[in-house]
Amino acid sequence: MPRLNRRALLYLALLLMALAVPLYGNVYYTRFATQIAIYGMAALSVDLLLGYVGLITFGQAAFVGVGAYVTGMLTVAGIDDALIVWPAAMLVAVAFALVIGALSLRTEGFQFIMVTLAFAQMVYYIAQSLRSYGGDNGFTLGGRDALAGMSLANHTVFYYVVLALLVAVMAIAFRVVGSEFGMVIRGRRDNERRLAAIGFPPFAYKYAAFLIAAAIAGLSGALMANHSSFVSPAILSWQVSGQLLAMVILGSPGTLIGPVFGAAIYLVFQQVLSDYTDHWMIFFGPLLVARVLFIKEGVWGLLLRACGAHEVPAPGAVAPDRGAAE
Amino acid sequence: MTFALFVVQLFNGVQFGMMLFLMAVGVTLVFGIMRVINLAHGSLFMVGGYFLVESYQDTGSYWLAVPLALAGVIAVAAVLEILVLRPLYDRGHLDQVLATFGLTLFFNEAVVVIWGRVPLDLNVPSFLNGHVAIFSGVNYPVYRLAITAVAMVCGGLLYFVIAHTRLGALIRAGSDKREIVAALGVNIGLLYTAVFALGAALAGLAGMMTGPLLSVESGMGDPILILTLVVIVIGGAGSVRGALVGALLVGVLDTFSRVMLPRLFGLSAGTALVGMADYVLMAGVLVYSRTGLFAAHRG
Amino acid sequence: MSPPMLATERLHKSFGALKVTDDVSLSVEAGEVHALIGPNGAGKTTLIGQITGEIMPDSGRVRFAGRDITALATAERARLGLARSFQITSIFPSFTAEGNVALAVQATERHSFRFWRPAASMARLHDPARQLLRELGLAARADTIAAGMAHGEHRQLEIAMALATAPRLLLLDEPMAGLGNEESQAMLALLARLKGQYSILLIEHDMDVVFSLADRISVLVNGRIIASGGAETIRNDPQVRIAYLGEDDEFGEAHAQG
Repeated sequence: MPRLNRRALLYLALLLMALAVPLYGNVYYTRFATQIAIYGMAALSVDLLLGYVGLITFGQAAFVGVGAYVTGMLTVAGIDDALIVWPAAMLVAVAFALVIGALSLRTEGFQFIMVTLAFAQMVYYIAQSLRSYGGDNGFTLGGRDALAGMSLANHTVFYYVVLALLVAVMAIAFRVVGSEFGMVIRGRRDNERRLAAIGFPPFAYKYAAFLIAAAIAGLSGALMANHSSFVSPAILSWQVSGQLLAMVILGSPGTLIGPVFGAAIYLVFQQVLSDYTDHWMIFFGPLLVARVLFIKEGVWGLLLRACGAHEVPAPGAVAPDRGAAE
Repeated sequence: MTFALFVVQLFNGVQFGMMLFLMAVGVTLVFGIMRVINLAHGSLFMVGGYFLVESYQDTGSYWLAVPLALAGVIAVAAVLEILVLRPLYDRGHLDQVLATFGLTLFFNEAVVVIWGRVPLDLNVPSFLNGHVAIFSGVNYPVYRLAITAVAMVCGGLLYFVIAHTRLGALIRAGSDKREIVAALGVNIGLLYTAVFALGAALAGLAGMMTGPLLSVESGMGDPILILTLVVIVIGGAGSVRGALVGALLVGVLDTFSRVMLPRLFGLSAGTALVGMADYVLMAGVLVYSRTGLFAAHRG
Repeated sequence: MSPPMLATERLHKSFGALKVTDDVSLSVEAGEVHALIGPNGAGKTTLIGQITGEIMPDSGRVRFAGRDITALATAERARLGLARSFQITSIFPSFTAEGNVALAVQATERHSFRFWRPAASMARLHDPARQLLRELGLAARADTIAAGMAHGEHRQLEIAMALATAPRLLLLDEPMAGLGNEESQAMLALLARLKGQYSILLIEHDMDVVFSLADRISVLVNGRIIASGGAETIRNDPQVRIAYLGEDDEFGEAHAQG
């Protein structure tokens, strides 16, 4: 069977599995799968930058958190129509990205990592200072937003909405990275100097990609706020930014779907291990180190190989599953 | 603001800045020479604090405890360098960031496993207790003066080593011309381990000295690390001079903004602005120069 | 009389106390091949950097078809028609050969803020790309991932990408670098075909190539142009011979054969 068809089958199988989760009738699984999907979306936004533009951002939590806070603030203020709130969350995230991006994207490499981390930390401290929103303790939303009049309180309904959004974001992201714009940013990842030498001003394209990634992160933040009906500065911590990066690399960078796998691995790991011990981080830390030092591929890449669905590039296309920055 | 308050905060700012300097030196040297981003530096700070608590409990004497704890930090650093950092020297930034991030997660949990979640108390050594008059009518804690002095002495020693010793020459050469240094027959591996251990020792020392001022707990190094990175962005990656200037700028600005901004803008807005102050400074420096004030290397 | 395609006017650049570019004025007339030669360390890289926009000169100007481009960024200069190939291969390793050239073709569009249609399906990008690969003899490698291509093929790809941007001037930085005998002949033939179609600033060490292609030759030593003129002028210039003593007397050899 041609490789491309195998891959399509794999996608289909995964989609069916995802759709089938609520059929187990266990709310706990459904909520867990929702959490995976939401984190997967956030990690996807990191992968867009990491795997395709070649930017290592240690500050994506800022945009997730902004999305969550805007959602929370609007919802408690009585505005709970998802069709208003969620786009608003994305817009405000993009607004932050306009400023943070303009400053950070002037830097490169080590500098960029530190600057994104620093700005995210700044947003974290601002959130902590919001006394009327609970300061460090955060605040509850009192309930989920409603989507076009339909209540999202039911966990299964909410799950399908989240899943639909994740699939939509993934599909759009795939189109974007395959488009002319996508070719430019991939060129930037490969060789920014050459990109400029043939006539593409790198900053404009990096900036646009940064904004797109922030919008996706903002959406995931809005969903996160709805999922737990709770928002706190913890969502803005640098650990979250690091976790998103970890999810991308665990899942396979540069694949858009790998990060969702990475999110699953991370959350399953956390869940399973924390049943045994509170100190599960003591195993996760070394696992991450081991993945970096010893294991060449992420889970999605391994899965593709196992299914014989590892792709051969189409003419003129870019090698898929190509590793991340530098 | 009264004169007394101003002086006290200025001294506090310099003290904080010197602690940041000790941290920043380690990170910037490791980046400048080995081209490695080490996010686990905050963990070395934390481990320093914990080791001192432990060694003081065991020996009852600071004169014994501090060297013991330092030795412990250096030992941990050496193991880290050999096991984790060495394979990273030729890897990209992403691998380095993630691996050292993984280490931070590990260390933050490891100290909880060993010492529990409850923050530990580290007391100021009794002979450094009390206040001293630095100006008429202005009393200042002896301890803070002492640790500032220690940090300055370390800075001076570091300057001496880098400018006037063979090791220092190797450090300066190693950051620009690795191949030449290797060709000279110098054991590059040993040099790198030494640089890393030096940075770690300074970080651990900073953790020990700051311990009595904060509390010794899991994650205590994280906010310090982030500020350290801000210092390095401001000062320029790879530059020790930049680390000093950046650290003092951040230390003083941070201290004053904590005191002044809530007074000027009220508690809520003021606290928010405090959170932003250091980063606004960083943003300003970036607008002025993409690579910081004294960039030795571009990222 | 139309202005030269490229002209540098009294460029100066120092790094600290080291003067790397010392009052360099050179020009490339439309349609000519102007070769720039000089021993290692002469400052060619810095000079190229100032022409392409990667380095800002301390003083002096760079003009392209009469227009002052000194303040323009690299990408802007490229869009005006100043194409360059790199001495150390600088391509997009994860793209196929065709993808590399297609991206260079894409750069000629006003902008690439198009997010939906797959670039791989665009004939307006890939037809010219395939055509160029054919002209350079790389057609068989169109679908090979660039990272997996041989060094000689990389050098050809470098040229293909420069040509794909429909330039007015080619700045070729040691196109012969690292090529074996056969590959060198092929590259020389290619350059000969390009001669006349484009204005070319050729930086090369290979004297055979320089003497057979160049209309004019300039010699850069210690950041200064010490001689400039036709092949005979340069061959007979005593200063030039002195500058090259101590190198393999490739210069003398070429002279002897010439």
